Amino acid sequence: MADLPALEERLRALMLASLAGDAAAYRNLMLQLRDPLRRYFRRRLSADLVDQAEDLIQETLLAMHTRRVTYDPHQPFTAWIYAIARYKLIDLLRRSRGRAHVPIDDVADFLQADRDGLETAGTRQDLDRVLDTLPERVGTLIRRVKLEEQSIAETAAESRMSEGAVKVAVHRGLRALMARFGGQP
Amino acid sequence: MSDELINRLAVDLKPVRTTALVERLALAVVAGLVLSAVAMWFWLGPRPDMAEATGTAIFWIKMGYTAILGLLGVWAVERLGRPGMSGRAPLACALAVFLLIMAAAIIAYTSAPAAARAPMLMGSTAAVCPLYVVALSLPLLVTVLTFMRKMAPSNPVWAGAGTGLATGALGACVYSFHCTEQGLPFLASWYSLGIVAVVALGALLGRLLLRW
Repeated sequence: MADLPALEERLRALMLASLAGDAAAYRNLMLQLRDPLRRYFRRRLSADLVDQAEDLIQETLLAMHTRRVTYDPHQPFTAWIYAIARYKLIDLLRRSRGRAHVPIDDVADFLQADRDGLETAGTRQDLDRVLDTLPERVGTLIRRVKLEEQSIAETAAESRMSEGAVKVAVHRGLRALMARFGGQP
Repeated sequence: MSDELINRLAVDLKPVRTTALVERLALAVVAGLVLSAVAMWFWLGPRPDMAEATGTAIFWIKMGYTAILGLLGVWAVERLGRPGMSGRAPLACALAVFLLIMAAAIIAYTSAPAAARAPMLMGSTAAVCPLYVVALSLPLLVTVLTFMRKMAPSNPVWAGAGTGLATGALGACVYSFHCTEQGLPFLASWYSLGIVAVVALGALLGRLLLRW
């Protein structure tokens, strides 16, 4: 995966070309979305539902196709496709459990979902730049909890805060980033 | 997700103008307005004293209040129909407009002599005004909800409520061409009540119909 703004720019350019009727760009766009969508869904589905990920990818790309008129070129493309994916995920959880529980997540999380293989120095630099727009303390907490996968308890002990305070600070920080990215809480 | 399906979608691709959503929304609103106006004209009829009425401030305040709320509602529909977007800005503006009119109505009511207060608030049509507003909103509700069903609202209840605000307020605007009431408190109460009823109806219908 490339770095965040570059990926956004590339996907957005493909989307604008697709809206103009460029079938090759559109095909390319769908192929490029497949992997991030698969990671996004697989990470959020419990073991009994994880085999639904391929169906969700299909539903997301179909919804993108039939409802592409709803893409506003002034908005980030990644925020748009993320919102569609999230809607489809919640829809599935609601259908399968009666009660949806979707973890707090955001566009940046959606895009940098693969920590195993493809995270590059470039990604980290861009994420750092994004996180630097937040107060330093909040940025640090988000790095520990979301990027380094440190537990809330460890982070709380290290920063001498209560666990509740860490959760609240991370949540608010992510909301602020989401507002900037154009996502919806 | 098979390559075959991706290829099929790519082959099916037709160009879409970036302004297409706004154009379709405008079409839905205009079509609904025409139906609503026709219904008002043949069912209730325009007020008989239209020529003199256009010389009074209250005529323009009634039309302006409902038209502004309607436009803010249309703006909210445009936002809420897109996945991941919120209608917070237009809905907050609509709330501010309502509070402004309510404040003006309270000032008018309290500064009037006691004997003049009841007619300002109740007029002679308070019982039917909200019902007519709801009735004249229905054609708009049909056209704008039909539009919304083709969109991708990430929150069906809010999307329905936004649709209700747009259609309720525009229905009230059409009704203002029939209504002969003169009181600001009447406008703030009964027109607003009709609009709020359509907002609630829209939220309910959104929950039921805006699945995708």
